[in-house]
Amino acid sequence: MKLKTLLGGALAAAVLTGTASAELVIPTLDYRTGPYAPNGIPFANGYSDYFTLLNERDGGIEGVKIRLEPCETAYNTQKGVECYEKTKNVGSGALVYQPLSTGITYQLIPKVTEDRIPMHTMGYGRTSAANGRIFEWVFNFPLTYWDGATIAIQYIADQEGGFDRLRGKKIALVYHNSAYGKEPIRTLEVMAEKFGYKLLLLPVDHPGQEQKATWLQIRRERPDWVLMWGWGVMNQVAIKEAASIRYPMDRFIGVWWSGSENDVLPSGMAANGYKSLAFHAAGADFPLHKDILKYVYDRGKAVDPGFRDRVGEVLYNRGLIAAVWAAEAIRTAMRIHGTKNVTAAMVRDGFENLEVSEQRLAELGLPGFTFGIKISCANHRGAGKAAVQQWDARAKKWKIVSKYYSPLEDVVWPLIEEDSMNYAKEHGITPRDCK
Amino acid sequence: MFYREAGQFKTSYAADQAIFPIAQDRWFIAALLAVAYVVVPLTADEYWFQALLIPFLVYSVAAIGLNILTGYCGQLSLGTGGFMAVGAYASYKLMTAFPELNLIVVFLLSGLITAAVGVLFGIPSLRIKGFYLAVATLAAQFFLVWLFNKVPWFYNYSATGQITVPEAALFGITLTGPAASPVAKYLFVLATVTALALFAKNLARSRTGRCWMAIRDMDIAAEIIGIRPLATKLTAFAVSSFYVGIAGALMFAVWLGSAEPTEAFNIDKSFLVLFMIIIGGLGTILGSFFGAAFMVVMPIALKNLMVDALGFSTGVAEHVQIMLMGALIVFFLIVEPHGMARLWQIGKEKLRLWPFPY
Amino acid sequence: MLFFLETTISGLMSGVMYALVALGFVLIYKASGVFNFAQGVMALFAGLTLAGLMERFGLPAWLAILATVAVMTVLAVAIERVVLRPLVGQPHIILFMATIGLAYVLEGAGDLIWGSDVKVLEIGLPQGASDLLLDKYGLYVEKLEAVAAVTAAVLVAALAFFFQKTKVGRALRAVADDHQAALSVGINLNTIWVIVWAVAGVVALVAGIMWGAKSGIQFSLSLIALKALPVLMLGGFESVAGAIVGGIIIGIGEKLAEVYVGPFVGGAIESWFAYVLALIFLLFRPQGLFGERIIERV
Repeated sequence: MKLKTLLGGALAAAVLTGTASAELVIPTLDYRTGPYAPNGIPFANGYSDYFTLLNERDGGIEGVKIRLEPCETAYNTQKGVECYEKTKNVGSGALVYQPLSTGITYQLIPKVTEDRIPMHTMGYGRTSAANGRIFEWVFNFPLTYWDGATIAIQYIADQEGGFDRLRGKKIALVYHNSAYGKEPIRTLEVMAEKFGYKLLLLPVDHPGQEQKATWLQIRRERPDWVLMWGWGVMNQVAIKEAASIRYPMDRFIGVWWSGSENDVLPSGMAANGYKSLAFHAAGADFPLHKDILKYVYDRGKAVDPGFRDRVGEVLYNRGLIAAVWAAEAIRTAMRIHGTKNVTAAMVRDGFENLEVSEQRLAELGLPGFTFGIKISCANHRGAGKAAVQQWDARAKKWKIVSKYYSPLEDVVWPLIEEDSMNYAKEHGITPRDCK
Repeated sequence: MFYREAGQFKTSYAADQAIFPIAQDRWFIAALLAVAYVVVPLTADEYWFQALLIPFLVYSVAAIGLNILTGYCGQLSLGTGGFMAVGAYASYKLMTAFPELNLIVVFLLSGLITAAVGVLFGIPSLRIKGFYLAVATLAAQFFLVWLFNKVPWFYNYSATGQITVPEAALFGITLTGPAASPVAKYLFVLATVTALALFAKNLARSRTGRCWMAIRDMDIAAEIIGIRPLATKLTAFAVSSFYVGIAGALMFAVWLGSAEPTEAFNIDKSFLVLFMIIIGGLGTILGSFFGAAFMVVMPIALKNLMVDALGFSTGVAEHVQIMLMGALIVFFLIVEPHGMARLWQIGKEKLRLWPFPY
Repeated sequence: MLFFLETTISGLMSGVMYALVALGFVLIYKASGVFNFAQGVMALFAGLTLAGLMERFGLPAWLAILATVAVMTVLAVAIERVVLRPLVGQPHIILFMATIGLAYVLEGAGDLIWGSDVKVLEIGLPQGASDLLLDKYGLYVEKLEAVAAVTAAVLVAALAFFFQKTKVGRALRAVADDHQAALSVGINLNTIWVIVWAVAGVVALVAGIMWGAKSGIQFSLSLIALKALPVLMLGGFESVAGAIVGGIIIGIGEKLAEVYVGPFVGGAIESWFAYVLALIFLLFRPQGLFGERIIERV
C-alpha cells in the first residue's frame, strides 16, 4: 500500500513537472502488422492524421501542441499491455487511450481505473462499461455491440414490415469465435424471445479462412437474414462464400467492423449489395478531408504517405471521428477546468461532459458526417445510433441507405445494468452517485 | 583464471554431487539471487516489471515445464498453450469458488489439475512418436481452447467469455488484480520460479530424471534395461504439465489479470515456448531461462532500440524486428545448435583457461 | 441426401486445398528430413510477390507468375547457402527451428516489401458456384475449388513422376534416407536441396494463389499451414499420395462433423476434430497412412 502511494506520488510529481512544457500526450496503440493489419492501418492513419492536422493547421488544441506516442500492438494483448505501460508516463503523462481491440480493452479496464487515465473504446470493448456509475474511466460511445444487435433487428423489422412480422423468421449470426464475436448473442437471444424469431448461431474460428461448413449450414437452413460479427480475413471469406451459395446480399448485414472496403473488394462484383451497420459516413468529400490532404499529406507530415489515395475509406473515417471526439473532449476539459495544462483526470471530466452536436461537427469540417452525441456521468455510451450502409460494387463506394436508428433501450439497458452490477460486485466497486 | 577449480577439494559424495560443485558457481548464483531479490525490486520501474521481468519469469516456468517433457524425456509437445489455459482456468475457478483459499494452494492445485489433464493427453505417447506425437498434443491444444471458449461454466457465465481475476492476497499483501503492486507480483513470481527451478533441477538428477533421459536417448534400449516406458513418459507428462499449468495460472492471475482463451492461449503460445527451449538448450534448466529471456526481452529491446533510438516508424520497426528475430535464431543455431546453455558452458570452459589457453 | 452429398463434396474440395499446402511440407521432408515450418509463410510470400508484381509494375499474370517462380528459386538458393549448408547433419529439431527463423525473416520481409493491406488477386480464376450444377441439379460446387482439385492432381502426377522416374528424384530419396551415405556415393547435396526448395516454393505459390483467390492475399495466408498439420500427420510426412488422401479424409471428416455434430455442441469443432481424427488413425498406424514403416533396433 505504502509503495503504491509512493508510486502515485511520483506519478503526480511527474505530471506536475511535465505540465510546464505544456503538451498533450496522446498514445496511439496501432496495429500495422499481424493478421488484422489491413484493418488496423486505415484506422491508425485516420486517428493520427487528425491530430497532425490540428498541430499543423491550428497549432494544436487551443494552442497546445499534441504529441503522438505511437506503439505497435499487432492486435496482440500482451504487446498491447506492454505498449500501455511504455506510453502511460511519457512526457506529462498519457491523456487518453484507444486500445483498438477487445482483448486489450479487457486488460486495460482495471489498469486505467487504477492509473486514472480515461479510455475510449469507440464501438467495441466491454459493453457494460456504458454504465458510468461503475466504469468511471471507461467510455464506449457512440454505441455498443448490444445496441448494434437491436438496431440490426429494428432494421430487419422495418424491411419485413413491422416487429410482428419477425415471428417465425429465421435469423443467423455468423460470428468470430472470440469475446468480440460473442458480444451480441445475449441481446439477440433476449430479443428472439420477445419478437419470436429463431436464432441460428454459427461460430467461425480465428482466422476464418475456411468457412465451408458454416455456409453449407446456411444453405441448408436458409435463414431469412444473416448477421455477421466478423473481423479480418473472416469478413472477406464470408462475403465470398455468401455470394457463392447465392445468398441474397441485401439480406446479409455485418456489424460496423465488418463493413469496410477491405471486406468487399476481394469479392469484386459478387459483393454488390452487401450491407453493414455504420455510425458515420464514408468517403472523402468533407471539408475536413480536404484540409487533411492539404496540411498533412501535401506537407509530407503523414505517418503513412502512401495512404493518400485511400483517405476517406470507412475505417480511416472511423479513426478520424475517434480523434475528433478525443480532441473535443480535451477542449471540453480545458473549458471546464479553465486551464490549458490538462491532466488525464481532467480529460476524463471532458469526456463525461462531452457534447458534439451536428452543428459543431459542421464547424469542424464534417457536416452530416454522423449524429450529435452527448455523454453523461451515468451513461458513457451516450444515445448511440447507427444506420445501415450498402456496398455499391460498381462505384466501389459505401452508401448509407437507411435512417439512423436508436437502440432498443428497454432491451439493452437492463442487460448493461445487470452485467455491470455483476462486475461491481465481483470487484467490490460501489456505484458512483450521478445525481 | 577466473574459473579455476584447482584447490577445491571434495571430501564427501554429497559435496561432489551438489548442484553447483564449484565455488565460483555458488558465488555467482548467490550474487544473481541477491540482485534478483534485492537490487531489482529497488531499482526497476513499473514498465520493467510488467513488460519484461514478470513475463520473463512466467515464461521461464513454462519453458522449464516443456523442457522436462521435450528436452529430458524427448516427447515433442505442441500443447503448451492449451495446458497453460487449463492452469489459468483452474486458478480462476478455484479463486472465484473458494475466495478464502490460500493463493499458494490455488496455484498448486491448478498445477495438479493440469498435470492430470496432461497425463490424459500423454497416453498416446506410448504408441506414437516424434513429430507424429505432436498430433496428440495439438489435439489437446485445440480441444482445450475450444472447451474453455464454449462451456460457460468455465468463465462463470460472463457475457463475452473473458475471465478477470478477483483480487486476492497472500499474507496480507495483494498479489492479483490491478491494485497489486508490481514489486509484490514480481517477488511472488520470482519466489515461485526459484522453488520450481530448484525442484526441477533436483528431479532431473534423480532416478526419475535419469529414466526420462534413457527413454529420450533410446526408448527400446531403456525398456530392455527395465525402465517402464509408459510410467516414465506419463510422469514426464505429469510433471511437465504441472509446471506449465502453474505458468498459465501465474500468467492469468498475476501477470495479465484477465484472459480470453482464443487469444491468450492459442497455438502461438505453444510454439513460442517450444522456440524458447530449442534456442535456450534442450535438456537444461538453465537453457529454459536463457530461451525465455531471449524470446521475451529481445523483441522488446529491438523494438525500443529502433523506435526510440533510431526513429523508425512503429510499423516498419515491427517488421524489421520480426526479420531480425528470425535472423538471430538462424545465427544462433549455426553458431551453436545446442542452444545458449551450451554457449554458456563453452564460455565457462574458455574462462577456465583464460588468459593462457594451451 | 443431396445435402449430405454436397457436404461430402465440399469436404473433398477443402481437403484438396489442405493437401496443396501439405504437399510443400512433404516435398521438403522427403528430401531432407526437415519439417519446414516456413511453408505457410512461403505461400504468403509467393502470393504477395505475385500480387505485388502485378499491382505495382502492371505485369500480366503469366509474366508475374514466371517472375515469382524465379524469385522463389533465388530464395531457395539463398536458403540453401545461408541456412541449410551450415547445418548439415544436425538433429531434425534444430533444422526445424532454423525453418522457424526463416519463417520470421520471410514474414517480416514480405510485409515490408509489399505492404500489409489486402491484395486482390486477379489472374482470371473462376469464382463462385458452378451454375450448371446448381441450376440443374441443385448441387453446390465451387468452381475455384474444382480448379484447385485439378491443379493438385496435375501437381501430384508431376511430382510422382519426378520422384520415381528421374535421376534427380532418385537422388532426392537417397538424400532423405541418409545425408552422409548420399554424399559418399557422389550426390551433390547442395544442388539437391536447392532443387527441392525451389520446387517447394513453386508448390507454395500454387497454394498461395488458390487460397489467396478465396480471401485476397494477406497475412492470414501464412496461417493455412496449421490446416495442413493434421493432414500431414494422417497421411505420413514423406508421402505425396498420403498428403492427398490425408487431405481428403480430413476435409470430408471435419465438414461432416461440423455440419452434423457441430450444432449440438456449440459449433466450431472443425479445428480440433481434424486432430482427433488424425489421432485415431495414428493409434492404428503410428507412422501415418502412407508413412514409411518405422523399424526399431537396439
